[in-house]
Amino acid sequence: MTQRVYLFKAFERLWHWSQAALIIFMLLTGFEIHGTYNVFGFEKAVDYHVVAAWTLVGVWVFAIFWHFTTGEWRQYVPTLDKITSIMNFYSSGIFKGAPHPFKPTARQKHNPLQRLTYLAILTLLSPLIWITGWLYLFYADWTQWGLGSLSLEWVAIGHTVGAFLMLAFLISHIYLITTGHKLTSQVKAMITGWEEIE
Amino acid sequence: MPNNSAAGLVFFRAFLAVWLILVAPGSVGIASAENNKAVKLNTTADHSKFKELERFFATGPELTKVCIGCHTEAAGQIHRTKHWKWEFLNPDTNQMLGKKTVVNNFCISIASNQASCTGCHVGYGWKDKQFDFKSEENVDCVVCHDTTGNYKKPAGLAGNVVTKDMEFPPGSGKILKAIDLSKIAQKVGKTSRDTCGGCHFNGGGGDGVKHGDLDSSMAAPDKELDVHMDAAGLDFTCATCHKTSSHDVAGSRYAATAKDNKGAHLRGDPTNGNPATCVSCHGKSPHPENVRLNQHTAKLACQTCHIPAFARGGLPTKMGWDWSAAGKRDAEGKQITLKDAKGHITYESRKGQFTLAENVKPEYAWFNGQVNYTLVSDKVEKSAHPTPINVLGGSPTDGKSMIWPMKVMHSTQPFDPVNKTLITPHTAGNDDTGYWKNLDWDKAIPVGMADAGAPYSGQYDFINTEMSWPITHMVAPKEKALACVECHTSQGRLANLPGIYLPGTHTMKLVDKLGWGLALLTLLGVLGHGAVRVMSHRKA
Repeated sequence: MTQRVYLFKAFERLWHWSQAALIIFMLLTGFEIHGTYNVFGFEKAVDYHVVAAWTLVGVWVFAIFWHFTTGEWRQYVPTLDKITSIMNFYSSGIFKGAPHPFKPTARQKHNPLQRLTYLAILTLLSPLIWITGWLYLFYADWTQWGLGSLSLEWVAIGHTVGAFLMLAFLISHIYLITTGHKLTSQVKAMITGWEEIE
Repeated sequence: MPNNSAAGLVFFRAFLAVWLILVAPGSVGIASAENNKAVKLNTTADHSKFKELERFFATGPELTKVCIGCHTEAAGQIHRTKHWKWEFLNPDTNQMLGKKTVVNNFCISIASNQASCTGCHVGYGWKDKQFDFKSEENVDCVVCHDTTGNYKKPAGLAGNVVTKDMEFPPGSGKILKAIDLSKIAQKVGKTSRDTCGGCHFNGGGGDGVKHGDLDSSMAAPDKELDVHMDAAGLDFTCATCHKTSSHDVAGSRYAATAKDNKGAHLRGDPTNGNPATCVSCHGKSPHPENVRLNQHTAKLACQTCHIPAFARGGLPTKMGWDWSAAGKRDAEGKQITLKDAKGHITYESRKGQFTLAENVKPEYAWFNGQVNYTLVSDKVEKSAHPTPINVLGGSPTDGKSMIWPMKVMHSTQPFDPVNKTLITPHTAGNDDTGYWKNLDWDKAIPVGMADAGAPYSGQYDFINTEMSWPITHMVAPKEKALACVECHTSQGRLANLPGIYLPGTHTMKLVDKLGWGLALLTLLGVLGHGAVRVMSHRKA
């Protein structure tokens, strides 16, 4: 029996897709700046990367405001409830056509594994990328800020590590959204707000 | 009807312009008769009106006596300068430097060669160590203040001028033409690119030889070659930047200002720094619309980006000089001169083999302004790496250094393998021991070393040397400044410079390997997971 549940509000969807586009674009320009390939040319890649970064800062300002005013931040409170059964589902149940042990609701739209992943991104990966990125941007002011002993090499390495982790997340994320009720259930949910569940 | 009246105005102006052009030839005569001035209006003294200068001057000092009759303090001011003393005590290193003392890897040294080298001294008569540095009349005013372009100080005459046609060297059949000191003196004026360039374009013994960023193409450069000196534009003279006070010219390669922390000058501010730096006009944030470029000024000298290459004016500079190849003679026993396709000398028996280059990409180095010279009194060791003639101070971490463009001159020059010193040979001079005449090192070296007051073992060998010359002239227009990708690429210009991390150039290979490994494993993982899903779905 298929049900439809309204999971993602308009702002949330807008936030998600603008963030997705900006992150993919920043991965593209970032690895060009890193010297991996040549698409826009170094100078343009830097310009675009910075513009995208500031745009994402703007998106985040709204997102943070939204999460706190709506109380949606509670979606990321970690829990280990049912975590074993969810891991079992992804490692064996999914192959046997077993139902997903977690049923999303508007109040709990992420399964515990998602909660943990997104929380890790919010508290570990994002700060790594943001802090190294900001330092990178204001490189010339380090001495003024009392950070003169900081090494650009380590800041750059931190930023690159963050980029690789984000890339790995992106790959698994794109795959995992195909594991809903139908292949496209979850991506549709993020487009229309409504997810089909069993 | 504003449009119509505007169009009418334009038409009227065009008509007026055509009318003026048609009648102009008639009116020019009247105007120029009224405004007839012999000299530029930027001076208050027309020297052609001074009766004292309307006479024959047989020597330079005779003229100088007249100059200092009015300009009473000028000679004394000159006496205090490097231009006069050819001496410079480096306050940081306590090394006694200056042309009198240093060794380079071009013509090597002035020791025993004074009469030739001092053709570029601001004085008359410095032919040997006995020269009187206290003499006021020996100061050469005109070499810097000539405006006619006719003033000449031929090499070999110890800075003296020729006022009566003479054969030089005696017996050579070559005639040096006389110059008219009176006429030249009547037209003296401010220094110019030509007067400074008379010597500084020709450092190292010829046009463009030494500096790489100074040659005769800078006498009237276009904007592409030098955005400040552009003769049809800003038209800076040397002194516009090398602001001179009491005849002391600002700017020094012996104690350079590598990093100007003092900022743009405020008139009269006693804390003003060196007036010849870029920062002294442009300030420390010279890119008003580009924060990122301003950030680059924390570590990069302006010159690094704004002088993309040197020797850009169509004249080559010497990049290498091999003295060990000197001394060859042709079948008739005469000295040989070889030239390249453009007519520039590549080999001379008296000097050796030259490597010439145009449009040279500089090398880059951390430079804090301090330069240590290898003097004839210093020990040198032959090794696989060229012996430095000068060692630039600087490091990525001293807080005083900037990344500077350099011309690095590579030479092979004589040295004493027993005493382990560089050698100052006697080269110039119309005498038996001068190398340029007789090509005999065994005669030339003892004379030169004795004049330098240096011991000589009697044995000579050749040693590879290198010498760095900070590049600061030939500033290109901003459109021609280095593009980001000149450095920010895997083999960029700064790829081998220590102590920097350049995005696009440097990576930590381990991080890249692990990162791409992680991405690949993730991809394989999800593809594998998906494949199992597809297969099990089909079974079901």
